[in-house]
Amino acid sequence: MLLSADEWQALRLSLEVALWSLLWNLPVATAVAWVLVRRRFPGRTLADAFVHLPLVLPPVLTGYLLLILFGARGPIGGWLQRSFGVHLIFTTAGTVLAVAVMTFPLMVRAIRLTLEGIDPGLEEAARTLGAGPLDRFFSITLPLMLPGILAGAVTAFAAGLGEFGAVITFVSNIPGVTRTLPLALYTALQVPNGDATAARLAITSFTLGLAGLVLSEWLSRALRHQLGRGAVHA
Amino acid sequence: MLEVDVAKQRGAFSAQLSFRSATPGITALFGRSGCGKTTTVHMIAGLLRPDRGHIRIDDTVLFDAAQGIDVPAEQRGIGYVFQDARLFPHLRVRDNLRYGARRARGRAPRQSFDDVVELLGLASLLARRPAGLSGGERQRVAIGRALLAQPRLLLLDEPLAAIDVARRGELLPYLEHLRDRLNLPMVFVSHQFEEVMRLAGEMVVLKDGAVAGHGDVMAMSQSAAVRDIVGSESLGAVVEGLTEQLDEAAGLARIRVGSGLLQVEAGQLRPGQRVRVQLLARDLILAVTPPVGLSVRNSLAGTIMRLEPDGERAWLVFTDIGNVTLMVRVTEDARSALALAVGQAAWVLVKAVSLRGHVFSR
Repeated sequence: MLLSADEWQALRLSLEVALWSLLWNLPVATAVAWVLVRRRFPGRTLADAFVHLPLVLPPVLTGYLLLILFGARGPIGGWLQRSFGVHLIFTTAGTVLAVAVMTFPLMVRAIRLTLEGIDPGLEEAARTLGAGPLDRFFSITLPLMLPGILAGAVTAFAAGLGEFGAVITFVSNIPGVTRTLPLALYTALQVPNGDATAARLAITSFTLGLAGLVLSEWLSRALRHQLGRGAVHA
Repeated sequence: MLEVDVAKQRGAFSAQLSFRSATPGITALFGRSGCGKTTTVHMIAGLLRPDRGHIRIDDTVLFDAAQGIDVPAEQRGIGYVFQDARLFPHLRVRDNLRYGARRARGRAPRQSFDDVVELLGLASLLARRPAGLSGGERQRVAIGRALLAQPRLLLLDEPLAAIDVARRGELLPYLEHLRDRLNLPMVFVSHQFEEVMRLAGEMVVLKDGAVAGHGDVMAMSQSAAVRDIVGSESLGAVVEGLTEQLDEAAGLARIRVGSGLLQVEAGQLRPGQRVRVQLLARDLILAVTPPVGLSVRNSLAGTIMRLEPDGERAWLVFTDIGNVTLMVRVTEDARSALALAVGQAAWVLVKAVSLRGHVFSR
């Protein structure tokens, strides 16, 4: 199946945006999942709910909230612009932010699930063997979290390729800059004779999404198998 | 010398206890489940912070509430073998063993990798993953892992509890090996008196978060604190003696106990070995005249020192057989028929087949 130059551009942009948002999210989602599972602090339930908000809010609303916060006159956007000259509105960087925010809860959920299955007693055992907090995290907890991190990463990446509502609301639909696959698909549907383009983009999106889900499942199974049956007492 | 004097409140449970144990050797923490044994070892290890008090090993203060000292667990250098082994599932046995060794900075290596592998029989397991190991194998790896961190004290929290009963006997000899071959103080938590008897030199009896008794295992075996926990069925004096003769044809070993010789099943015993035997009070028979014409192989002459009621219709008769006291359980009926009284001469009878001797060197 051959794509036109514009279609390739949309596909490449989508991959680029999904990858960058994934790279930003990985450490943050891992840290947040760890805090939510292993720390007890007042307001934990609220923090948990806040993290998951993008899953339940209409994406358009998330995009609108981003616009308010990160717009040129928004409290964070204004500061970024003044201090670092970073523009988020109508830019690829803004697209990355929108996709990152939307896929963040997916990653946190997957990582959390694995982390909840890891016996905190293992970290205690590591303590008695002389391992300090960071050492324990990197030698015990992180390797055991890998299946969840990988599964979450693949799912988030696949979902990131298809993020629509928040992107179009926050950074609009600019070819080559913010027009990712779903936006290109939407655009094709709006113009006469766009059917062929729409069909090709649809098949591309479908294939990518399916491949992502299969890969995620396969990875987590392979890892679990490698860790052995005793690894996850879920 | 391990010195523990701590108090801890946890919900409805409160523990307040203090004991000292001479190092090296094994000190048992003995008591029913829920009496505070695990809480106590957690505090020694630094996994749980006492509300008050102090914990010291020799001159090193590990915790002192008054001075504001609380050495983090990872810096205490105390090995901990958990009930459920807690091997790291993503590491092979070899890397589990090396985990602590790599982090034992600054402490002189006392146990080498090869010695520990040999001592615990781990050679064939090194390349395996924890998930494929049996309960006993896991505990051996866990013990090896703790030893290789070069601890100054080893805590063993019911290491046999998670192993099925049929296989417990396989791990005990390894623990005896550790005690006899390493010069390492150990605290062994258990609710099984037989384990304590086979392993420990002294024992601390815990009840409801407090120390109910503390002392030499032989002396403690007759104490009210232990009696309270084991119940009258498993109650019995623990005695120690040297194996003097071995009758291989009869399969019997003679052990010098008090002023008499006790015949026990020989098993693996060798002459000259120090042996511990528990004589269950319910297995012993008391005679007030020298017995003749019996199949019983053991007849130890002694003097009745004291009688204590044991339940409604039974008595415990404490009989001295030459600086060693045995406890004999008799019915109220037997006591009155024989008119048992303090100061009376008596012969304690016990079948050799009901006695097992356990090698015990300190």
